[in-house]
Amino acid sequence: MNNGKEIKFSDESLALVQRMMKRYPEGKQKSALIPILHIAQAEFDGWLSSETMDYVASVIGILPVEVYEVASFYSMFNMKPVGKCVIEVCRTSSCWLLGAEDVISHLEKKLNIKTGQTTSDGMFTLKSVECLGSCGTAPMMQVGADYYENLSLDKVDSLVERFRADGKRKTYTDKAEARN
Amino acid sequence: MGKKLLLNNDHIPGINTYEVYRKNGGYASVEKAIKTMTPEAIVEEVKKSGLRGRGGAGFPTGMKWSFLAKPEGVARYIVCNADESEPGTFKDRYLMERIPHLLIEGMITSSFALGANTSYIYIRGEYFYVARILEQAIDEAYANGWLGKNILGSDYSLDLYVQVGAGAYICGEETALLESLEGKRGNPRIKPPFPAIAGLYGCPTVVNNVETIAAVVPIINNGGDEYAKVGIGKSTGTKLISASGHINKPGVYEIEMGITVEDFIYSDEWCGGIKNGKKLKAVVAGGSSVPILPADLILKTANGEPRLMSYESLADGGFATGTMLGSGGFIVMDETTSIVKNLWNFTRFYHHESCGQCSPCREGTGWMEKVLHKIIDGHGSLSDVDLLWDIQSKIEGKTICPLGDAAAWPVASAIRHFRAEFEDHVRNSKKVIDPKRLVSNAVY
Repeated sequence: MNNGKEIKFSDESLALVQRMMKRYPEGKQKSALIPILHIAQAEFDGWLSSETMDYVASVIGILPVEVYEVASFYSMFNMKPVGKCVIEVCRTSSCWLLGAEDVISHLEKKLNIKTGQTTSDGMFTLKSVECLGSCGTAPMMQVGADYYENLSLDKVDSLVERFRADGKRKTYTDKAEARN
Repeated sequence: MGKKLLLNNDHIPGINTYEVYRKNGGYASVEKAIKTMTPEAIVEEVKKSGLRGRGGAGFPTGMKWSFLAKPEGVARYIVCNADESEPGTFKDRYLMERIPHLLIEGMITSSFALGANTSYIYIRGEYFYVARILEQAIDEAYANGWLGKNILGSDYSLDLYVQVGAGAYICGEETALLESLEGKRGNPRIKPPFPAIAGLYGCPTVVNNVETIAAVVPIINNGGDEYAKVGIGKSTGTKLISASGHINKPGVYEIEMGITVEDFIYSDEWCGGIKNGKKLKAVVAGGSSVPILPADLILKTANGEPRLMSYESLADGGFATGTMLGSGGFIVMDETTSIVKNLWNFTRFYHHESCGQCSPCREGTGWMEKVLHKIIDGHGSLSDVDLLWDIQSKIEGKTICPLGDAAAWPVASAIRHFRAEFEDHVRNSKKVIDPKRLVSNAVY
């Protein structure tokens, strides 16, 4: 149970999960684990509780421990509850050279939290992450499916306001905003 | 030298769609391959082209392909490595986002050449939106008969899928990628056996980078010999360079190999010079793992020859005075950059990304980060520089996969070329006394 809700994929997600498992040879359905964990994280409040992981194990037909060991290895899977918007600021190399630390400390002040924490209203979680492959448009941050590039502190402010006004949970599996 | 083979149609509006891509000669290599060539002939053209792996290692692609075992009745796989995670590298994202069908076309032609009937594109999880672009392109390719059963009426069939990862640099290492694709932690495998013998699901497998697979398209269209005419010496063809850092025009550039590094940095055709009129201090030429070089050594070799953008020229002088082309992640640093802090940033990256399987890497990367942190906070001593050197020397060559080397080389090269800056830092930094500072870099 997550927040009292039953952990069960929607019909649409379940159909997608079943299609995914057909991408691999017979007996190799565990290959679908990472893609399915993304769907689960998006559907069940943005993180992977042990109940969610047990459920995923039962859907694929593998042991729960096989799910835990994978979920805990990859940085995109949240192992504890997060805010609706997880702001992930790239902190590596070119982003660092071009002001990532300023973006991070600005966000810490603006949201009144430290990196790794969630705002008390549950709206934002701030993370600093390793290179996101957007070095030519540094500094940058990822929120859900979207890359926000060539950041200035003003741009960061207006994005935060936009996310707050929107109020929706953002996930990696969302349809991305239009890019030019 | 403006020769382009991959991004030549990049400027055409709508080139991301099937119709426009096809109208501009797209999928011709698939037609040529399936209708007029044997799989062996395709491998031969790729060998003749001199194409070398574009992910970083630069291993000859034709040779890698010819190692693929072909036992009767056993499936073979091609897996495209789109895990692009080397700091400073963003060329594959650019290519997949702008011209997704070029990768799909390359995958079909390559899969036919190697006799694979199921192929996967493993893309890093953060590129989720790019995965959707690829999936849409794959749907279009199926709808137009380029994928699925009996392609172009032949007896060749192929299914192609996109697999997303979930955030792990190590999955760019090919055996870790295969583990991840099998639904496991990204722990690299001990080699041998190499993937060509026992790869995905224990079957013979070839893993190639996005740019490598895309280069198969012009090689088949124009012939391996034509491709080999482009470039210089054993660095044939073109290379996508991801240019970033303190330059006026960051971005992805397709260059013919053999242009000078000086032209690449200062010409308006490419990087357009150093930002804000500052002076060049150092360059990391091939992604964060390759040795950093100071301005004089990146512009000219130790013998005073102009340094060229090629595998051989960048490596000239070995690690003593040279570096590597690597992934083509070209990070430029101006005179204001602290080499010590930059190195701390790199070591933090490798510490975070070590999979933890081999102790020299798991422990050593953490120690290097801590020692550098100590120096930056003004608590270092001169012997710490030697300690750093000692740690890196005990990681290099002592791990299952090259992440250990990748973590060691930046440390060794920074000390080799900028030792005085480390010593200055030790002597002159103000002591930071803030116990919280030591944990403030925790990720999550």
